[in-house]
Amino acid sequence: MIELKEISKKFGDTLAINKASFKVEEKETLVLLGTSGCGKTTTLKMINRLIEPDAGQVFINGENITNQDPDILRTGIGYVMQNIGLFPHYNVAENIAVVPKLLKWDKEKIKVRTQELIEKLHLPENSLSMFPHELSGGQQQRVGLARALVTDPSVLLMDEPFGALDNVTRTSIQKEFKGLEELKRKTIVMVTHDVQEAFELADRICLMDKGKIIQIGTPKELLYQPINDFARKFLAGQRLFLEFKVVKMQDIWPYLPKVTLQDGKSLSADMNVWDAMELLRSSDRSELLVSGANKESKAVNFEQLTKGFNQFQNAQVHE
Amino acid sequence: MNEHQQTLWQFMHEQSDKLFAQTLQHVGLTFISLLIAIAIGLPLGILIARKRKLSGTVLGIAGILQTVPSIALLGFMIPVLGIGAKPAIVALLIYALLPIIRNTYTGIIGIDQHVKEAARAMGMSKSQILLKVELPLAIPVILAGIRTAMVINVGVATLASFIAAGGLGEFIFGGISLNNTNMILAGAIPAALLAIILDALLSLIQKMDFKKLRKALYILPVVILILGGFYALPSAYGSTLTAGFTPEFMGRQDGDLGLKSTYGLKIHTIVISDAVMYKAAFSKELDVISGYSTDGRLKAFDLKILKDDKSIFPPYYAAPIVRDETLKQFPQLAETLNLLAGKITDLVMTDLNYRTDYLHQTPERVAKDFLISTGLYKAPKNGHNGVVRIGSKIFGEQYILAEMYSMLIRGNTDYEVSTKTGLGGTKICFDALMNDQIDFYPEYTGTGLLVLLQPDPKIAKEMAHNKDKTYDYVSAEFEKKFKIKWLKPIGFNNSYALMMRQKQSKDLNVNTITDLKNYLDKN
Ligand SMILES: Nc1ncnc2c1ncn2[C@@H]1O[C@H](COP(=O)(O)OP(=O)(O)O)[C@@H](O)[C@H]1O
Ligand SMILES: [Mg+2]
Repeated sequence: MIELKEISKKFGDTLAINKASFKVEEKETLVLLGTSGCGKTTTLKMINRLIEPDAGQVFINGENITNQDPDILRTGIGYVMQNIGLFPHYNVAENIAVVPKLLKWDKEKIKVRTQELIEKLHLPENSLSMFPHELSGGQQQRVGLARALVTDPSVLLMDEPFGALDNVTRTSIQKEFKGLEELKRKTIVMVTHDVQEAFELADRICLMDKGKIIQIGTPKELLYQPINDFARKFLAGQRLFLEFKVVKMQDIWPYLPKVTLQDGKSLSADMNVWDAMELLRSSDRSELLVSGANKESKAVNFEQLTKGFNQFQNAQVHE
Repeated sequence: MNEHQQTLWQFMHEQSDKLFAQTLQHVGLTFISLLIAIAIGLPLGILIARKRKLSGTVLGIAGILQTVPSIALLGFMIPVLGIGAKPAIVALLIYALLPIIRNTYTGIIGIDQHVKEAARAMGMSKSQILLKVELPLAIPVILAGIRTAMVINVGVATLASFIAAGGLGEFIFGGISLNNTNMILAGAIPAALLAIILDALLSLIQKMDFKKLRKALYILPVVILILGGFYALPSAYGSTLTAGFTPEFMGRQDGDLGLKSTYGLKIHTIVISDAVMYKAAFSKELDVISGYSTDGRLKAFDLKILKDDKSIFPPYYAAPIVRDETLKQFPQLAETLNLLAGKITDLVMTDLNYRTDYLHQTPERVAKDFLISTGLYKAPKNGHNGVVRIGSKIFGEQYILAEMYSMLIRGNTDYEVSTKTGLGGTKICFDALMNDQIDFYPEYTGTGLLVLLQPDPKIAKEMAHNKDKTYDYVSAEFEKKFKIKWLKPIGFNNSYALMMRQKQSKDLNVNTITDLKNYLDKN
């Protein structure tokens, strides 16, 4: 668990962070979202004391981090950088082994763990002896992630981890990332300026502007209960897409046709509308079989899906 | 001597012991100083990369030190560190510092900020960041600095011979003084090869990738240490007294060769340049030195000439030598230069030298005072009828003579004058004359005979003790061989002399060279 209390930081005359407070629960992913220069990185770096706040406190698992040795604190926190920051003079294996070596792990343990990560992160076997400049951008980012994960820290900080990648690579890595078992048991603070990415990966989003926190909430809350104009406008451009992403089959369950007793493989109602539409579009099926919470199943075609979604939307507005 | 018939290869073969010793000394000097420079420069570079505010000052000072001319630096060292290895190593070290400090500094501050931040974020301490990240990443740049420093050191180490620290400079500068091309090349070629080979080796290391580099970096300090070890610091002196002789004196019949053959003098001898020899004698680094009988520094440093009781140092005339071509081009020149003929006696010359060497009057002023007192001075005519180029060797007396000639030419003719003073040795001066880069310079008949003509030893011996015969012989031979004329002698006789400090001479009761030999044999 991470908690920031009234954190402020000035650089000369710029007030980079102004009295920011938030809490990240155990195993939760909080995404700091905002335009460039709004203070996301500064906030993140104060969690592992790369930057010391001028005022306020940071607690990790209830302990004030200013009372801890910064080097020891940092070895216990995974950090993935915007610019990857691999050591150019170390090969991949050595880059991954940096923190274990600081912690004096024995060689065998390092080797086993490295091997495990290489497989999980889909890095080629022969890359272990390669140097960073011999890898593609995506591979470098995977190594950066492996480096942060190797000691299995309970807290992971990530600063625009996919920022340096091209669109195609980014989308596929994001997907893998979401599926990684290792990450599901970590408390994560991630920084991004990309709204879609935030919505894709966040449990909760912390929307920031000019050093201030505007709104903290789930993606759905941000979308349907924006706290002010800024929050509304921030999402306006991609609103429809985000809504498809946020709204799940179970949300529109009441607006879908009656229960059918059809047999076959059914899909979970936890699936979002976007993914359901994708499935209908890409497969030759005209209907999807979805099973709801109370063990009832419904067969849905494209028309029914959009109709149900629209009815759900209207209900939100009139609420 | 008959080097003319000897090939370079023969010379090197014959002198291989010396060549080998000098090369080792050279390598040793280079690497000892390099090692110390790394030991000082590397931490200093790291320090100023940490505290950037200091960088301007430190780099500034190192930069200024590097611009001090090497000979001057060596000269400054003598009062503090004496002569020999210590001052040479310190001087070399000073030259090597700047590139090492600068490259360590730029190497470290040039590292990608994100890489440094990553190191911090992973929990490395400051010293771990330095050792595991900053230094390894800065190594290629630091190596480039070490490489520059090393090449500079190989070059500057040739000058170490000026202050008796040995090295290949002994051959180079000995050869220049003795007009012996083989000797110059025997020193210069190995020195150049050393620079090229060492440079190539380091550039190889520098280009290695990180994997190989790591291994190479373990070996490098060991190699530097071993190479530095070649320079065994000068061993204990063989005799109770130490002599310092110029390279030229070492190779001349009316010099060290004569001292050995005629007197049987056995004294621990080191080779040193004329420029620092007197000072070294004065500060008791040396006990016996070779000098010129008219040298003002005799008086300045309170030295005493040991009587040449077996007369191996015959007196010689000084006179301007001019190319025939030049005399044709400037018809009034011979007449003008001869105005000085017979005007300066031994005593007068010594006094004039004393004024420049000890009273630190400028050669120009000393020359002018003298010309005025003898009524020879005339105000410059500021003519534009061609330029006469005067040369001089690199010691006081020659500067004064060059000034006098320059004033006489300006006052008595329509010619303009340009001076090229301080030409470092007989060979350089004479070659400049032969190649039409200067028109004349004052030379000594003895040097003309023994260094430039190098006749059959029999003729030389026959001639050497009669200054008029020598003058006639060199006049005729120079005309025949080089188309160069000896004008009328200026008057004073210059000859080599052995000198000691007045006080030591009295204490040891050594007044003649024979006394010196007897003293050395007894002790
Ligand atoms: N080291 C620094 N020195 C001075 N100003 C800084 C420094 N780091 C950040 N800032 C300023 O603080 C503000 C917030 O920066 P940052 O946290 O990097 O924003 P973000 O990560 O949201 O793009 C910006 O105005 C930036 O210019
Ligand atoms: Mg940022």
